[in-house]
Amino acid sequence: MSAQTKPLLEIKDLRTRFHTLDGVVKAVDGIDFEVYQGETLGLVGESGCGKSVTALSILQLLPCPPAEIRGRIVFEGKNLLDLDQDEIRKIRGNDISMIFQEPMTSLNPVLRIGEQISEAAKIHKGMTRQEAWRWAVEMLRMVQIPGPGSRSRQYPHKFSGGMRQRAMIAMALSCNPRLILADEPTTALDVTIQAQIMTLLQGLKDDFKTAIVLITHDLGIIAEMASRVVVMYAGKVVEEAPIKALFKDPRHPYTQGLLGSIPVIGRKEHSGRRLQEIPGIVPSPLETPLGCRFHPRCRKVMARCCGQEPPMIRLAENRRVSCWLEA
Amino acid sequence: MIEIKEDNICKAAEWVPENRFRRSWAKLKRNKAALVGGILLLVYILSAFFAPVLFPGDPSAPNLIRSLETPTLREPLGTDELGRSILGRILYGSRISLLIAVGVVSVGIILGIPLGLVSGYYGGKVDFLIQRVTDTMLAFPGFLLALALVAVLGVGLKNTVISIGISMVPMYIRLVRGCVLSVREEDYVEAARAVGTRDVIILFRHILPNVMVPITVQTSLSMGMAILFAAGLGFLGIGVQPPTPEWGTMLGSARSYLFHAPHVATFPGIAIFLAVLSFNLLGDGLRDALDPRFKI
Amino acid sequence: MHNYLIKRLLSTIPVLIGISLLLFFMLRMLPGDPAQVLAGQMATPQEIENIRHQLGLDRPIYEQYAVYMSHLVRFDLGRSARTQNPVIDEIWARLPNTLLLAVVAITLACLFGIPAGIISAVRPYSWIDYLVTLSALFGISMPVFWLGLMLVVVFAVVLQWLPAGGTGSWQHVILPAVTLASFVIAFIARMTRSTMLETLSQDFTTTARSKGLSEMVVIVKHALKNALIPIITVVGLQFGFLLGGAVLTETVFAWPGLGRLLYDSISARDYPTIQGTILIFGLLYIIVNLVVDLIYAFVDPRIHYD
Repeated sequence: MSAQTKPLLEIKDLRTRFHTLDGVVKAVDGIDFEVYQGETLGLVGESGCGKSVTALSILQLLPCPPAEIRGRIVFEGKNLLDLDQDEIRKIRGNDISMIFQEPMTSLNPVLRIGEQISEAAKIHKGMTRQEAWRWAVEMLRMVQIPGPGSRSRQYPHKFSGGMRQRAMIAMALSCNPRLILADEPTTALDVTIQAQIMTLLQGLKDDFKTAIVLITHDLGIIAEMASRVVVMYAGKVVEEAPIKALFKDPRHPYTQGLLGSIPVIGRKEHSGRRLQEIPGIVPSPLETPLGCRFHPRCRKVMARCCGQEPPMIRLAENRRVSCWLEA
Repeated sequence: MIEIKEDNICKAAEWVPENRFRRSWAKLKRNKAALVGGILLLVYILSAFFAPVLFPGDPSAPNLIRSLETPTLREPLGTDELGRSILGRILYGSRISLLIAVGVVSVGIILGIPLGLVSGYYGGKVDFLIQRVTDTMLAFPGFLLALALVAVLGVGLKNTVISIGISMVPMYIRLVRGCVLSVREEDYVEAARAVGTRDVIILFRHILPNVMVPITVQTSLSMGMAILFAAGLGFLGIGVQPPTPEWGTMLGSARSYLFHAPHVATFPGIAIFLAVLSFNLLGDGLRDALDPRFKI
Repeated sequence: MHNYLIKRLLSTIPVLIGISLLLFFMLRMLPGDPAQVLAGQMATPQEIENIRHQLGLDRPIYEQYAVYMSHLVRFDLGRSARTQNPVIDEIWARLPNTLLLAVVAITLACLFGIPAGIISAVRPYSWIDYLVTLSALFGISMPVFWLGLMLVVVFAVVLQWLPAGGTGSWQHVILPAVTLASFVIAFIARMTRSTMLETLSQDFTTTARSKGLSEMVVIVKHALKNALIPIITVVGLQFGFLLGGAVLTETVFAWPGLGRLLYDSISARDYPTIQGTILIFGLLYIIVNLVVDLIYAFVDPRIHYD
């Protein structure tokens, strides 16, 4: 699903660095990708590869003395990094909103749920207190929380994990955003609840016609929800492909490793086969390897990979790989 | 298996385990406030050690001819009502207050750590009993508790140290107990228990090291508090007794001459202030360096 | 919430019993004959015998405790060995004075300490943060009684703006209240700063910002409301410090309060008054902490709606 003309969000050469006492941490070191209207883009990678930082950089939710964000993030024609504080606040929660990973700690424990959901509508859509509260109750109904009227007056500690995440989704959708950044929305939840939440998200996305950037390390969720996938490693994009193509024919050795390490139960050709792992561990963000960042762990490493970073090679429309093997 | 060829000039993805204490030490050195505190503390300790060298003779020997002299070149801080050098008495006073600080904290630690460990680790009736006693002691503000104990035990240096020390014990017990309660649930403790390690060994090898961090921070701050309490008792006349040059006691006697010789009261107070400040600066720096989580 | 309140009230009982036991045994740990100690140094043998009989000091220890408790619950704290007045009357006459100082001091502390801490946390590493942090550090390092003496020198002797001691007018309250408040303002400022910093780094603050709320709303509505809960607890605990500091401050300023009474009675070895005053101090502290916990129960929705 990529035959759109203009992308909703274009990220160009995004570099986010943190100045710490131990040195400069290059969390995101030059990534590009696009998000089109109404699509679900998966952003996949191991912990520490920079996917959450990417999302936080889009909305500029990182404290800017230790953090430094460079590059271009073009949303509806404007570079978000050029906007001042007031202008970016108009976008947050309104055109672009975010769902966070930990529903337990991401909601304010001393404010009622209804209050927290109606806040964005009050400031962005100019609703009065009563209108916004009614809208919040309506949103709670849409995320399938039973008894939304009384629930809206409760405090977060009365909600279970799954319900809190539903409330978060309600909060994110309350102003009908064009784009939702979902940062590991189900990682902290039970598997059964995970499935419910993902189904809910999928349904709502279709209703509201919102695009979603789904950030996760769980390939199963990606397979269910995403139409396109961007794979990140150590702060860089290594591969981008439509979902079917990625699973059928991964080109980057890292992606191959990720897919190869998924246990498959029941398939005859896979029985007896040893689970493949990717040897080594993710490099420390303070000491990224020279050349291709993945080369110390790559089973197809060549001499070239140690010295030079591979360029991004376009294989087809919507397929890119950053690997010397494809050059 | 991947071969990492010898002639590779590239960096391998090697994880260097960080030495926690080295990191903390580096962090502490960077903290300018803690550095100032450290220097002040050093000056304090040195003056305590070298007091007899800098001021030979008895600092408490009266010399009435020179009574209540304002600061001059010969006597940079002036003399008190009995003609004694204030500078000399302040220097000797640093020995007293240092002794008190160390003594008080020792009492607190020697009584507080074992009780806290036992209370937190074993729980049950022992814990209940110790907690009720601690609650009772904490029903009084620290200084009042020390005051009450002094009323029972009597005045003087030894009793001051004991009284203030005992009044600090509940706080140590609480601190240690809280730490033990959180560490007790950690997986590695459970693992140690599962392989049959004796309780005593678990307490000393696994739990105690974790407890040391907040204890260290608290000890630095408590030393400052101990000096303040002792000075308070001395000021009221029920702490260290004259002529021993404890700073608070000096302030207490200076009170009568406040109007026409204020310098007698000013300098001992500044000494107390600087000493306590050094402990507080160091304590804050330790807290930031060792673990930002432990905010008191 | 009711559970919490009941549990809290019940937990006061062992503490009250504990205090009574503490004071009971305190008297008996003193060298010499308890009856003589209570009667004072000026007492005649007849008076000593009276006291011995009255308090049952010639009977077994548990009977003594029973007599003691029966007196306590009626607030009969005996007679002052110094003035021969009932201790409770002496205390009652002076209690309002100490409370006045304490209330003024805690009000000053909250009025100045909390905003200072908030501003400091919101603008970390700015000049105002350094100013607040440094002042607070100085404030908790200074001996309260020394500050009092210095203030007397500056304001009463040199400038002669304010009286050096005693009571009478509102001017008499200023110096003692400020002296007493100094440590507490500093402590509360530090506490507020660290609590706010912690709250501002929590996840829900990021969530609030991600909705496009203004920084002011994030600080006041989201962060402060959370931070105030532990701050209230600290304020309550600091009240206890004020009670302790009252002894020193009232002595410096000749303020006729409970602290001064304690000091005078310690100097005069007036044990009934010592015992009684310490008891009342302890009681006050327990009451304040109970009130703070009650407020806590109302303010923290996690406890309120349980």
